[in-house]
Amino acid sequence: MTRPRTDLLLELADDELILGWRDSEWTGIAPFLEEDVAFSSIAQNEIGHARALYELAARDLGTDADVLAFDRRPEEYCCAPLVQAGLVGDWAGTIARHFLYEAADAVRIEALKASPDAELAGIAAKIDREETYHRLHAEMWELRLRDEPRFRAAFEVRWPLALGVLAPDLRPRLAERVGREEVEPVERSTPGTEFEALWNEMTMVRRSAPTGAQW
Amino acid sequence: MIYEVFRQERKGQPFVHGGSFHAPDQAFADAYAREFYARRQESVALWVVPREQIVEIDEFPDEFDLKYRRVDGYSIKARLAIARERAGSATSPGTDGG
Repeated sequence: MTRPRTDLLLELADDELILGWRDSEWTGIAPFLEEDVAFSSIAQNEIGHARALYELAARDLGTDADVLAFDRRPEEYCCAPLVQAGLVGDWAGTIARHFLYEAADAVRIEALKASPDAELAGIAAKIDREETYHRLHAEMWELRLRDEPRFRAAFEVRWPLALGVLAPDLRPRLAERVGREEVEPVERSTPGTEFEALWNEMTMVRRSAPTGAQW
Repeated sequence: MIYEVFRQERKGQPFVHGGSFHAPDQAFADAYAREFYARRQESVALWVVPREQIVEIDEFPDEFDLKYRRVDGYSIKARLAIARERAGSATSPGTDGG
């Protein structure tokens, strides 16, 4: 691995934070109560993973997790386009994204678990133990919705975005995992206006207090 | 479909009814049970059972007042008081716990 590990950690952490944030927008309005609780809980887990990853990156960078999560400018975030879109009201799209993200994340975590960097491998193994249940949740929903035209369409739209979550060398593994041909991926890039709106809301309270405020 | 969940707090302890919820099938029920009853490590094992699979028996006729069969037995408090009176005990029997 030639890139500094903080780059990798921040990509991962930003993906988990933003997906957790987007999924948490369903709290209170999911299709039924049981799913509301379960999906909110998964969203919270993702944010927990983000915290662990930010903490590791923060140690390398001599800062803290909150600064990385909330004090960067919107253009400094490096989350994949897949996780950025607001999908409230679009359950088919949300589940298609959830399923594809969990599949991509499984490939990424599997690779990280084999990393020669013991800390990376350790955190990946820890995250994987929770992600196993996220995958089960995503897979049971996919099984239920796979014949729904709305779900099929939502899946098609997100397939190139899902490939963009992974480094190029891992993409064939994702294609194999979900039984699809690789297509032109949507790569990570500077986040757009939709992300900026999310960032505004996400950092609103933090920005309302002086820098370095103790909460 | 309604599922009932029984949870075990520690290995070796009996499973105790935890609650119930709606789920479309067993896979969903398993996932929800995990989120609702074990997420905070409050259970070491769960039984997730479709309510319709549970046989409930709730009629136990006792037409002949065979309450001597009950495990709690007779209340002897009143009889004891009478017996003490007959025996000429002047002091109050106090609480005897029945």
